[in-house]
Amino acid sequence: MTSVTGHADTQHPLSSSEVARIKADFEILEHPINGTDLVYLDSGATSQKPRCVYEAEQHYYETANAAVHRGAHSLAVEATELFEQARETVASFIGARSNEVVWTSNATEALNLISYSLSNASAGLGGSAAERFRLTRGDEILVTELEHHANLIPWQELAFRTGATLRYVPVTEDGALRYDLLDELVTESTKLIAFTHVSNVLGTITDVERFVQAARRVGALTVLDGCQSVPHLPVDVKALDIDFMAFSGHKMLGPTGIGALYGRAELLDAMPPFLTGGSMITVVDMEHAEYLPSPQRFEAGTQRIAQAHSLATAASYLDEIGMERIAAWEEHLGTLLLEGLSQLDGVRVFGPTDAPRIGTVPFEVMGVHPHDVGQYLDSRGIAVRVGHHCAQPLHRALGVTATTRASTYLYNTEEDVAALIAAVGSVREYFGV
Amino acid sequence: MNELDQLYQQVILDHAKRRVGSPLVEPAAAAQGESHQHNPICGDQIRVRVGLDEQNVFTSVSWEGEGCSISMASASVLSEMLPGMGRDQFLTTLDAFREMMRSKGTATPDEEVLEDAAAFVGVSKFPARVKCAMLAWVAAEAAMFGASS
Ligand SMILES: Cc1ncc(COP(=O)(O)O)c(C=O)c1O
Repeated sequence: MTSVTGHADTQHPLSSSEVARIKADFEILEHPINGTDLVYLDSGATSQKPRCVYEAEQHYYETANAAVHRGAHSLAVEATELFEQARETVASFIGARSNEVVWTSNATEALNLISYSLSNASAGLGGSAAERFRLTRGDEILVTELEHHANLIPWQELAFRTGATLRYVPVTEDGALRYDLLDELVTESTKLIAFTHVSNVLGTITDVERFVQAARRVGALTVLDGCQSVPHLPVDVKALDIDFMAFSGHKMLGPTGIGALYGRAELLDAMPPFLTGGSMITVVDMEHAEYLPSPQRFEAGTQRIAQAHSLATAASYLDEIGMERIAAWEEHLGTLLLEGLSQLDGVRVFGPTDAPRIGTVPFEVMGVHPHDVGQYLDSRGIAVRVGHHCAQPLHRALGVTATTRASTYLYNTEEDVAALIAAVGSVREYFGV
Repeated sequence: MNELDQLYQQVILDHAKRRVGSPLVEPAAAAQGESHQHNPICGDQIRVRVGLDEQNVFTSVSWEGEGCSISMASASVLSEMLPGMGRDQFLTTLDAFREMMRSKGTATPDEEVLEDAAAFVGVSKFPARVKCAMLAWVAAEAAMFGASS
């Protein structure tokens, strides 16, 4: 594997000078935007990539490109090896075994994969092994009001297809999850609980254990949306004791076009497939096909080989720096953001004040629409996200249609945060409010 | 003027605050129509109501909406321009506005035709904002075509 960082002192907290060295691995952060230095505070949407990540992809095409799991020639063997090594690297990054990681296009596809496998099971596919995945009228699926649309709509659709009922854990007007309602909401009818590990809008970290305990009490399956946690926090699926987890490569320094589904091996092996076709079968005749065990069972067709290799390089890069240290650095930046923004006149920060957060902070500048705030910040070289961030129900609960969101990553400096706070401080004057 | 100041010309910032034509009123007109438009990217939305007389001349325009200064100012400017305008003249003006919006900053707007709406030329340099500027115009067009007595 092409390596990587040389930021190997994993004991101490990240220092500003180390972050400056990390930042230098990201070519794009050195290019000025609108005549000033780029301050990239939109990693919640997608992260930037260090050189080693796209060099790995290029290296793959230059030295190893071939179709995997078929053909006996040397390149095919080499490509298969890299592909499966990549799976091992990413699996170990989240504490899973390698047959428990299925490649998908992104987290959205991973969540849809579960949703469609469950409706296939509900339609009677998968035989007796798939019994526990069957949903029917009277069964319940539980989500939360915090969810990204990607972890809401696939469950709405599953409910429509199976006759099950969708329920949700509401949030307070601050956006705090109503854990106090969990016991009431999780009943013998609850078959699946899907919830986010970290809110993509508020940056707040969910108490996973409370959900898992509630699910275990009634034997419900758990699906964790790891999109905003896997890139920013140490995540160990076995310690979290969840059944499934979805995440995306592009938010964790990896390339676009690849994400993954984690599932407990015994569950994945029993679930009927979603996409079918080549590469996922054992024996096929004109009437039937038999399917490989997981993960191949869920990987129909030619896979994202270069992307898998490149994503594994990203995971190794993060690992070498250390997820604990990255999380601590981002917590530090998040605190600076929260404090700095809260102190500005006419600026309101969203989210509960007592919940643990990653470096993601949504806010509102009174009297100025988020779109205008984002435009003004862009003119100063600062990239943030504005809008509903694919979480309309949460915004409704917060009483707004849109927010401005700053989100950090390991390459952000204290200066980036200071630049944002200074710029936000001059928004109202510019717009004359 | 830098690009940001061209985008947020004073006329636009003023209209965004004044919101001419808002809130909605019940038009006393021969024909009336209404349209609700939504910008799914940022959640901006607007409801425009128009009244036309027997000669297809706009007698009233009113709206309510929520959105950024560009979309709100655009609705306000349109509300100032429309009353007294005939249906065909509106369509010609709409074409000119749309063409300016597609120009990526290269158009020299015809102020005879576009009046205050010419101030939106700066928006055309920001493709992500064109939809904001168009929202009220598209709503007015749909309301007009849907108008009945
Ligand atoms: C919490 C959360 N879930 C799901 C997604 C969907 O990710 P993707 O668009 O990569 O499938 C995102 C990304 O926007 C997210 O932040």
